[in-house]
Amino acid sequence: MSRTSRRKAGSALFVGFCALSVILAPIPLAFVLFYVVSEGIQALNFDFFTNMPKPVGESGGGMANAIVGTLIVIGLGSTFAIPIGILSGVYMSEYAGTRFAALGRFAADTLNGVPSIVIGVFVYGIAVLPFKQFSALAGGLALGIMMIPIIARTTEELLLLVPGTMREGALALGATRARAVFTVVLPAALPGIITGVVLALARIAGETAPLLFTAFSNRFFTTKLTQPIATLTVMVFTYAISPYQDWHRQAWAGALVLVTIVFVCSLLARFATRRIEGMRQ
Amino acid sequence: MTSPPPPAPTKIGVTNLSFFYGAKQALENISIELPANVVTAFIGPSGCGKSTFLRTLNRMNDLIPGSRVEGRVVVGERDIYGADVDVVELRRRVGMVFQRSNPFPKSIFDNVAYGLRINGLAASRAQLAYDVEKSLRASALWDEVKDRLHDSAMGLSGGQQQRLCIARALAIEPEVVLMDEPASALDPIATQRIEELIYQLKRDYTIVIVTHNMQQAARVSDLTAFFWMGKLVEVGRTDAIFTSPREKLTEDYVTGRCG
Repeated sequence: MSRTSRRKAGSALFVGFCALSVILAPIPLAFVLFYVVSEGIQALNFDFFTNMPKPVGESGGGMANAIVGTLIVIGLGSTFAIPIGILSGVYMSEYAGTRFAALGRFAADTLNGVPSIVIGVFVYGIAVLPFKQFSALAGGLALGIMMIPIIARTTEELLLLVPGTMREGALALGATRARAVFTVVLPAALPGIITGVVLALARIAGETAPLLFTAFSNRFFTTKLTQPIATLTVMVFTYAISPYQDWHRQAWAGALVLVTIVFVCSLLARFATRRIEGMRQ
Repeated sequence: MTSPPPPAPTKIGVTNLSFFYGAKQALENISIELPANVVTAFIGPSGCGKSTFLRTLNRMNDLIPGSRVEGRVVVGERDIYGADVDVVELRRRVGMVFQRSNPFPKSIFDNVAYGLRINGLAASRAQLAYDVEKSLRASALWDEVKDRLHDSAMGLSGGQQQRLCIARALAIEPEVVLMDEPASALDPIATQRIEELIYQLKRDYTIVIVTHNMQQAARVSDLTAFFWMGKLVEVGRTDAIFTSPREKLTEDYVTGRCG
């Protein structure tokens, strides 16, 4: 074989491996989606969204309480995690050289690596034990704590991508530093930040461990934030490890609803970022 | 070659200005007077300090950690490095156009309106629209964008973007406009439009322009200041600097023998 054809063969082999990896990587995703959809769809019907869980032995029933609970707990977490995450990201990027920013970055990375169950136990200690009460609030707190570092780091990285000349442009027009950040730099990075927030949401929507210690679960429908509340993940967990066929089917349906919620969130984010980006073409 | 500068009061007076990036001294003991309604060009080789000097005039260098300024810079009547100076207010009076055009990712209208809005300069919507139009006309961009004011500024060509940045700077009616190589990233036709614009603007503004291009300095400016290694070598009427400079170094530079 000549030198050139050997090099060409090497190149083809390399591209082949790359292509193979691209095929292999999404296979688990395809399987997960296939199973969740095919198993879940059988137990999924209108009642699943509107009815309460039935006692063991009775078939039918739904997870209305858990669907609403999941939305409440995620919503609670987001309400404080999104502003805190974004603002600390702003600080870490705009005051990047300071020791305080470096500390924040280190803290965020460390927090990101803390196992979710540890966060659950921590919140149990500060928000459940003192009140002797599991609650939706505690669940939201646990999930929010997990979201903050993801959002903060994404925001920081995206803000650093905004060219410095844009900050200078705003400052040269008489903007204060904060004004420049909030009217120019942050809007410029907004599409990416929205994506980051949705990724954080998707990540925590599937968390079970921290909720076991905080929101716990509830067989009844509630929207009271100070009460234990059912969530899809905990419900799927409980139903899946039960010995009842009927509950297994319900667990699949719950998993499907969860996946759908995450999927819809990403779609909405895509839509939002498209619209924003349309403004700058 | 432009006409000799009319006698004009001093707009910017700099006395014994030195500037340091950390331990490194970038400007040494610069003293210069820039008259009002005159275009002054700063020329000199890369790294000679001309851009640094320009940025001391609206305190843009404040943002650089570890930088330090000594000396006096008086804009209008006040020392801009004085203790009670509001930097935000200073930058409103001393506008700046950058080397790379830097429109905000907003509509054309919102770009020009930005300075008016944040400084609370427009009393009403109608006033805002009027001022935006006035600035776009002043920067010779109005006819090209009047039908698409609410389209993104990012869709404009490089030359149009730079004129938009000039319009944005003019909108808040500064007294001085600093231009840091405003045409260096533009093609010859866009450059020519910017130069014509500078010529028209000096009626209303005091303009300081940094340029690498000596023909440009000769075309647009009334006064030229030559910088060399952080020092101001010579300043004088542009025709004098290019034809009969006092300093040997200036002559070598403008004739292309050094730098």
